[in-house]
Amino acid sequence: MTETAVTESAGPGAASARRRRYLLDRKGVLGPLLLLPAVVYLVAVVGYPLVLAIMYAFSDVTVGSNRFDLVGFTTFAQAVSDPQFPKVLANTFIITGVSQALVVVLCTVLAMLLRSRFRGRWFLRFIVLMPWTTPVALGTIIWLWMLDSIFTPFDWFARGLGVIGPGEHLNMLGHDGLAMGSVIAVQTWRVLPLATIIVLAGLTSIPHDVHEQAQVDGAGFWRRLFGIEIPLIAPVILVAVLFGIVFTFTDMTVVFVLTGGGPANATQVLASLAFYKGINGGNLSGGAADALFMFPVLLIMAVVTLRWSARLGAR
Amino acid sequence: MAIVETRGLRKEFAGHTAVDGIDLTTTEGEYLVLLGPSGCGKTTLLRMIAGLERPTAGDIVIGGHVVTDLPPRARQIAMVFQSYALYPHKTVRKNIVFPLAAARIPKQEWAELVNWAAHTLGIEPLLERRPRQLSGGERQRVALARALVRKPQVFLFDEPLSNLDAKLRTTARDELRQFQERLGITTIYVTHDQVEAMGLGDRIAVLNAGRVQQIGRPEEIYDDPANTFVATFVGTPPMNLLRTGDRMLGFRPEHLLPLSAVGERPGQLECDFEVSRMENLGSDRYVYGTIPALDPEAKVIAKLPSTISATVSLGRQERYVVAADRLRYFQADSGERIEPAGIPGPP
Repeated sequence: MTETAVTESAGPGAASARRRRYLLDRKGVLGPLLLLPAVVYLVAVVGYPLVLAIMYAFSDVTVGSNRFDLVGFTTFAQAVSDPQFPKVLANTFIITGVSQALVVVLCTVLAMLLRSRFRGRWFLRFIVLMPWTTPVALGTIIWLWMLDSIFTPFDWFARGLGVIGPGEHLNMLGHDGLAMGSVIAVQTWRVLPLATIIVLAGLTSIPHDVHEQAQVDGAGFWRRLFGIEIPLIAPVILVAVLFGIVFTFTDMTVVFVLTGGGPANATQVLASLAFYKGINGGNLSGGAADALFMFPVLLIMAVVTLRWSARLGAR
Repeated sequence: MAIVETRGLRKEFAGHTAVDGIDLTTTEGEYLVLLGPSGCGKTTLLRMIAGLERPTAGDIVIGGHVVTDLPPRARQIAMVFQSYALYPHKTVRKNIVFPLAAARIPKQEWAELVNWAAHTLGIEPLLERRPRQLSGGERQRVALARALVRKPQVFLFDEPLSNLDAKLRTTARDELRQFQERLGITTIYVTHDQVEAMGLGDRIAVLNAGRVQQIGRPEEIYDDPANTFVATFVGTPPMNLLRTGDRMLGFRPEHLLPLSAVGERPGQLECDFEVSRMENLGSDRYVYGTIPALDPEAKVIAKLPSTISATVSLGRQERYVVAADRLRYFQADSGERIEPAGIPGPP
């Protein structure tokens, strides 16, 4: 009551003060204000570099000169004509495809295991989550040691199984196939925890009644798994796969730390190639062009998977 | 069709006894209702019969076979959950097909069985829809069709009407009863709603604290409760209980009537009813008060049908009567029913 009386008597000055005071109550003001930090952050660390990379890719910029001329698609043509390029492109798809296929199977199995009740479940959940909390570079360095050409424990196992003779070494990172396998294994190891947690959340969200209904309807374990549970969590698995594909497809750390793209470009991927060419080799425009080849693939992946996910979620 | 029997069935959860030694036997094709307040163990009992919970002790026998250690799918039962638990990602048709596929019934028989189940429940137009496109009543029918399609020996229902609104519940109750009568499949039905229990059951088993308090036909449960728990749990308003010495005197509210309305009859209990409040519900009048001469502590309710037009005046003592054959007696300490031993004389 007193407030109304004061504003009425104090005229237009007080009215604008009151308007300012309730400014934050307006959705049109508060919403954008709260979004602003995130937008500034995204523009600064994602938008600006992306625009820069696109500009570089259409130019002839290098670290060795001040020249900046737009050259159209020349850099892209050069990138494609690189004899290594098809191999690198294939590697990128193979590593992503195989590791994510493994992740889909393993994360579903792990989520099923972690859902059941047993002693020490929290400990197993903790262990499974560990790789996710470890920085990529650090985790990969641990694997670098594990896969050391002389001291690797895998040699010991292989020797025990009679795969290699005494004094021989697998040299995991020195052979094309084994090096690819190692990169795929580490990528799988890295993405698996997040995928497992996402799928576990999906499994937990299936109503208990539905599980039990399937039991009294006479379904055994496999029928419940493939007839009820997996179809119900399919949208969630897709989300997990989308994250996994994006993480793996764009990752250069694992290849950089583990194999350096070797032996002889056998494990080189687009991201690492772009880094070696653009940063180590100083060919900024060439590196940017290589990196941009990832962009349409990721865009299509994101659109397709989100659409599919939305369709499944809506039914 | 089969007889379901439980023998000394017990279930303990972490030191708490949910079901405390229950012996029940259905008859062939019977509609048995398990009635009790929440937490009385009725749902646990049903889940043990379904095979979703393992009993701590005791045995379950279905159709002459001990099934205690068998999984649900080996028990020839069908269950309808409170939520109906339709598979949200499957159409109605595929929901109904699921138990057939699980039972490894040859594919060429599916269409005929699905059509038969859908026809029985009148849901043919819904077969290609998904569960989220159905109303509550339609979902219930789909759940019933899915339960029916495999031609189980026993139906288990866990409060299937509690998700429906009050109006729909009455028609759904009627449909459920007709459905069961037509098929004659032994049915065990869990509810906390006594109206459902009275309306549906061939027999009612009243449960409390994990034990069967009484089992009998609805009218037996209502008219001849075995103890004060059943007397007060069944009936709205519940049976009036007055403590007189070491026993309790019980009578239903609709049997406490003004003397002026029924007249003097031999053997009836006559008393002064002190009226404190009255509610007019249209079809009935609920009269609240006490009978100071018998038990001044006990609240007493009289339910007068609208056909009795006697005036009720608040704060006054009026002469009310209960017919002799309507009086029930219970032990005051144990609450168990005892045979009548004379009628307390009118004050």
